[in-house]
Amino acid sequence: MEHNTMNLTLKVWRQKNNKAKGGFETFNVKNISSEMSFLEMFDVLNEQLVAENKEPVAFDHDCREGICGACSMYINGRAHGPWHHNTTCQLHMREYKDGDTIVVEPWRADSFPVIKDLVVDRSAFDRIIQAGGYISVNTGNAVDANSLPIDKQKADESFAAATCIGCGACVAACPNTSAMLFVSAKVSHLALLPQGEPERQLRAVKMVEQMDTEGFGSCTNIGACEAECPKGISLENIARLNREYISAIMDGDSTGA
Amino acid sequence: MALTGLFLILFLVVHCYVNAQIFWNDGGKQFNEAAHFMGTNVVIRITEIGLFAFLILHIVQGLMLWAKNRSRRSVKYAVTPGNKVSPWYSRSMALLGTLILLFLIVHLSQFWAPNRFSQTTGNGELDLYARMKETFSMPWVVVVYLLGCFALAWHLVHGFYSAFQTMGLAKHRYKKMIKGIGIAFAIIVPIIFALMPISFSLGCLN
Ligand code: HEM
Ligand code: SF4
Ligand code: FES
Repeated sequence: MEHNTMNLTLKVWRQKNNKAKGGFETFNVKNISSEMSFLEMFDVLNEQLVAENKEPVAFDHDCREGICGACSMYINGRAHGPWHHNTTCQLHMREYKDGDTIVVEPWRADSFPVIKDLVVDRSAFDRIIQAGGYISVNTGNAVDANSLPIDKQKADESFAAATCIGCGACVAACPNTSAMLFVSAKVSHLALLPQGEPERQLRAVKMVEQMDTEGFGSCTNIGACEAECPKGISLENIARLNREYISAIMDGDSTGA
Repeated sequence: MALTGLFLILFLVVHCYVNAQIFWNDGGKQFNEAAHFMGTNVVIRITEIGLFAFLILHIVQGLMLWAKNRSRRSVKYAVTPGNKVSPWYSRSMALLGTLILLFLIVHLSQFWAPNRFSQTTGNGELDLYARMKETFSMPWVVVVYLLGCFALAWHLVHGFYSAFQTMGLAKHRYKKMIKGIGIAFAIIVPIIFALMPISFSLGCLN
């Protein structure tokens, strides 16, 4: 691929802290290589700001290889930018042309309050996991991995659901700020396996309850989450969560619900 | 939402079937017979109360859902993706529903209310076929009905599939089929309804 450099205008959301009122600040960056990642472009910007004795832009990042889910950026109206099945750290600057203007915002949802600039607090997801994302295991020697027969298709679907990295793009992209895709991925990946069976009904009820307590909006099956999810988590998981939840509520007594 | 929505869909099937009797073009004989049955049968009369209850529940729940979901993003995005990641009608259910509601107010005041009034005041049922003919001779009414059918069609394109997804039935194996049937339903039923004012105003029915 042809390598080139570009000058860009960035409009970035700045916000001192959770209480402060934020606003956009415009920056110009020069000689950005088409082979940089979007985050490397932000590193260049921040080095420039530090050299000018200004406050660098705060943004979340960790693995920079598309597996941790930290790099939340809403780029020109798209969660993680315009590429399909992709995270911000894996978005590369060859997507852009010299002279482009790029607007970068944090995930916007009242359940994900801004901590600073582009960094949001996603601990609501942790509390949802704590509410039901666990299984019972016996202590002692580890059992042989092959002693539990698992239907191949179920194993595959469970594995696909387990690829959710908890990035929150689904909430960011959803017009209702619903967390159903995330919760459905977490419920599905355990509900499909024998290991998840003991807490199966309790899990669905508890995780949905926690999701509501955290103030996420309600799912109306719009599907923007699936379109923007970097891991391709399918809406079918939401149908499964609905089934799990309805059957748990119908059964009532075993869940205490 | 899903249960009330599906009940309203069932209502549409019955309503559409009964009203399609006008297309026999027999001066409204078959249609008025069917309308007489619907207007006097005890079971249907009781179901009508349920229908209104479900309709109101659907509207109240829908508008509450809309208001709640809107309130959960206090700071809006400066740039939005438009139709790139979701179709417009799926995000416009409350707007489309409100258009349907406005249409329903006009529609009920033209047929349902005068007929029930006449029935309960001892004057018997109205000749609904004659009333249709007269009503649809006014061009503005035809326009309002076409707009109502248009809003209904888009509400159903999303609503039909959405109801199955909400109930957990849109499994991978059935999803395409449910979406397909939903789109077919959302096209066929509103078109049959739309043909009623159109046929009268073009003078195809006597
Ligand atoms: C004959 C008339 C109507 C029919 C057949 C109908 C059908 C449906 C169906 C099947 C759904 C999907 C339910 C689900 O996702 O679980 C739905 C959702 C909805 N309807 Fe209706 N509806 C009608 C009238 C109305 C009216 C009059 C309003 C409001 C003023 C309304 C507002 C809504 C809203 C806000 C939703 C929720 C959005 C969503 O789930 O995506 N509807 N409707
Ligand atoms: S479902 Fe997809 S978009 Fe949502 S948190 Fe998991 S990986 Fe991110
Ligand atoms: S930094 Fe880990 S997924 Fe982007």
